[in-house]
Amino acid sequence: MIKRSFIGLAKPQLKYGSLEDTHSLKQISTPKEITLLSNCPFDKKNLLFKKKEAVKTGQKLLLYKESDEYVVSSVTGQVSSISSYTGDFGRSYTAIAVEVADDEEIDDEFKSAAGGSKNATLEIVKNYLAFVPGNPPVKLFSDKSKPVNKIVVCCADSDLLITTNQYVVKSYIDAIKNGISVLKTITGINDIIMVASQGQMHELSATGEKVEQVNDTYPSALPHLIMKDILGKVVPAGKSPEDIGVCFISAEAVASIGNAFSNGQIPVTKIFTLVKKDGSKLLVSARIGTPASEIFKAFNITLNENDRIIFGGPMTGSSVYSEDHPVQPDTDAVIIQDKEDIPVISDYPCTNCGDCIRVCPANIQINLLVRFLESGQYEEAAEQYDLFSCIECGLCSYVCVSGMPIFQYIRSAKYELDRANTAEATNNG
Amino acid sequence: MADNNKFIVSHAPFWHDGSKISLRNYNMALAALPAILLGIIYYGMPAVGVISLSISSAIIWELVFCRVTKRSITIGDGNAAIIGLLFGMLLPATAPWWLVIIGTLVAIIIGKQIYGGIGGNPFNPVVVAMAILMISWKDIFDFNEALINYDFDFAMIYPLAALKHFGVSAVDSFSTGDLLMGKQSGGIGSTFGLGLIAGGIYLIVRGIIRWEISLSFLFGVFITALIFNLVDSARYAGPVIHLFTGYTLIGVFFLATEDSSSPVNFIPMLIYGAGAGLMTVLIRNIGVYVDGVIFALLIMNLVNPLLDKIKPKAIGKVA
Repeated sequence: MIKRSFIGLAKPQLKYGSLEDTHSLKQISTPKEITLLSNCPFDKKNLLFKKKEAVKTGQKLLLYKESDEYVVSSVTGQVSSISSYTGDFGRSYTAIAVEVADDEEIDDEFKSAAGGSKNATLEIVKNYLAFVPGNPPVKLFSDKSKPVNKIVVCCADSDLLITTNQYVVKSYIDAIKNGISVLKTITGINDIIMVASQGQMHELSATGEKVEQVNDTYPSALPHLIMKDILGKVVPAGKSPEDIGVCFISAEAVASIGNAFSNGQIPVTKIFTLVKKDGSKLLVSARIGTPASEIFKAFNITLNENDRIIFGGPMTGSSVYSEDHPVQPDTDAVIIQDKEDIPVISDYPCTNCGDCIRVCPANIQINLLVRFLESGQYEEAAEQYDLFSCIECGLCSYVCVSGMPIFQYIRSAKYELDRANTAEATNNG
Repeated sequence: MADNNKFIVSHAPFWHDGSKISLRNYNMALAALPAILLGIIYYGMPAVGVISLSISSAIIWELVFCRVTKRSITIGDGNAAIIGLLFGMLLPATAPWWLVIIGTLVAIIIGKQIYGGIGGNPFNPVVVAMAILMISWKDIFDFNEALINYDFDFAMIYPLAALKHFGVSAVDSFSTGDLLMGKQSGGIGSTFGLGLIAGGIYLIVRGIIRWEISLSFLFGVFITALIFNLVDSARYAGPVIHLFTGYTLIGVFFLATEDSSSPVNFIPMLIYGAGAGLMTVLIRNIGVYVDGVIFALLIMNLVNPLLDKIKPKAIGKVA
């Protein structure tokens, strides 16, 4: 954890992680059981498959009737359970557990559908590659209401400590090249920009694509700031980059698409950065769906009561309540925090010290905003105090002298407003 | 079985820079120490008595209030101690015990707690207490009279009072060096200019107070005093006298910068500081009070919410 420097006048300098101090890739063997999580809420009646159904590695599993949501099995075996899983803000997921069989069989449905890179179509990518490592936003490419006219490939990692994308760029540059040409073919968009850290510039310039450099200090590599500082387009408050025609995709996702077409096989191995309690980092590759406990076992990590497991980075990730939580296509990091290192969150009020104002990259009046959020006046917060300008970097909570969970207040306010709007729309509709 | 472990689940971010309210307050106490030490060296045990009583009674009032209103006990954050400390620094060493206790009562209860405690006070609690006491017991704050029994190797007159009553010639004998070294009459911790400046710079470097407020306050005092001085140098003293006497320096670094009652945006901070400086000199030069810092700060505290409306545009904000 990076602490405040003695000279507190300066803004905190949170440097992104680099590959140099990260140990090289270790592979984790396929566990006995994996769990695939789908964003679809669990709905027993409309399930398209049952327990005990046999699945092959790389097989697409459509979940429900009248829905095109699917997961891709990362192992060969049989479905052992299908259940509901509750995540942040009470979101419901469908969890499909698969018991792994001894012999692995590769599903060939994708191969016969795809053929080769030359025949890549948007339809195939949409139908088979939504669940690959890096979680490509395939739906955005075909969303007619928000046409995409520019693609940004993030080669730098967006949160601290993580080196996953940097590793992918270094090791699979050919797959990325291939992936970019596939993207160009299927979307017809030639305006593709790679955003990279300083150390990657040389390597990426060789690809012949347009490369822009991103600052090495957090939160420069967050999409909203890339939009503002590199593309010169400010995303309107409450909108996302795709609303104004820019689609962000991680380098790993591009590599996955490239690999899928060159190997004729849907990639099922996720690379992520594992950060141990002592802060040492290593890169790990594991099948999607591998439970966290398997990772800990492989690296002799013991967890104690009141420790914390974080999926994602230290600023924007999410903590999970079970060691069984699986690696997902977008899990770029797994961080274990010792209970001694967990900062205390307090219910102290804002003292108006102004540290958050100085650190906020979005110029939000957090000292005022937080007073409204604390008292649940979300609409005023949104109308008068720029709630929706927040780009969710978490720096306000990081510097808060009172130790207020400001970022959590902001997220729950956005969530509550969204829920109220949805309810209103349903009632009116 | 490992599965029985319960983990801490909370929202991002999972890091914190380690700053704390208590750390800020203890650093502030540290920064105030040089000025207090010199006061104690000059005034001896009575000064120790006033400062100690002020700090302890402030803490006790806070404790009592928290108990009575059944709120969580907040004396550990050091804020009550700082209020007591700063209040003590403003008092003459001869201040009677009941005045100190009433002062901290006003500061803690009326200045801070009735607004909901730390962070809720619209006025600096210390300044509120001082204003009320200065109006109620004028004589005690007449430093010439209060400190009449002290005899030092420097002129034991309160420069601002001399200035008010006898004109510029009365303060000619004060050299800048003497003023900075605390060779003047005044509050226990408010006369040692160099110590206050050193403490202020320490707090600025540590990021505990906002330099914009302090610098613009100094600038405001300097420019206003300079203008007065240029217009009529026989009636109005030059900027140096105004900068290094009375409560100017303690006001600049310790009172004006109180978090809750001061603005946080860049331009408002400049206006707030400069406005306080301007008001200070106006009250000193044409008002009835000898020193203007306390009332200048009260007025600027009042304007603070309005000033903070001048804010930078949030990114992506439409219209």
